[in-house]
Amino acid sequence: MSNSFALVIFGLIGGGMLLAFARLLTGRRGPDRAVALDTATLISTNLLVLIALFEGRSMLIDVAIVYSVLSFLGVLSIARYLDGGLK
Amino acid sequence: MSFLGVVGHVLMVSGGVVLFTSGLGILRMPDVWNRLHAGTKATTLGSMLFLAGVGCLRPGWIPKLFLIVLFIVLTNPVSGHALARAVHMRPEERPDNLLRDDLETDGSLEEDR
Repeated sequence: MSNSFALVIFGLIGGGMLLAFARLLTGRRGPDRAVALDTATLISTNLLVLIALFEGRSMLIDVAIVYSVLSFLGVLSIARYLDGGLK
Repeated sequence: MSFLGVVGHVLMVSGGVVLFTSGLGILRMPDVWNRLHAGTKATTLGSMLFLAGVGCLRPGWIPKLFLIVLFIVLTNPVSGHALARAVHMRPEERPDNLLRDDLETDGSLEEDR
């Protein structure tokens, strides 16, 4: 696991998350931001697994599992809010 | 480097490329419908490739990684569908060149209202 490989993979996944965050900050309306938030949370789940791989700590995998569950619930509740609330 | 290590590195880099493409599509696509394509499909494929690559490098983590992949595959289409349905409720997000709108015309929305 060389140093240049770490640079490439962190650059790809971190760069993807930064691009999604740019849309989250500049999105013109609410739905654009909700879609960008969905993507950013999923990419950061992968980033947690990557950090767990390089640090060698399997505890961060559990954190990634819980984070994916919570991001799914968050995006679902935002979608219900945009839909007009519970009816 | 062993054969499994080479496969794991290749899978991780290809998954990283797909995840980067997903973020690029979120930033560059013209409207929210196109962004939904980039944001839900590409992240599912990218997560599957990347986590399979991590599983090749650390075989002891495969059960938990499989749990994450299973959860992403089950929930990402659901959240994408909920988001698309929520965006459809906002008439200002309709594109100008929309030819047909089956969700509006087949009457299934009336059951919810």
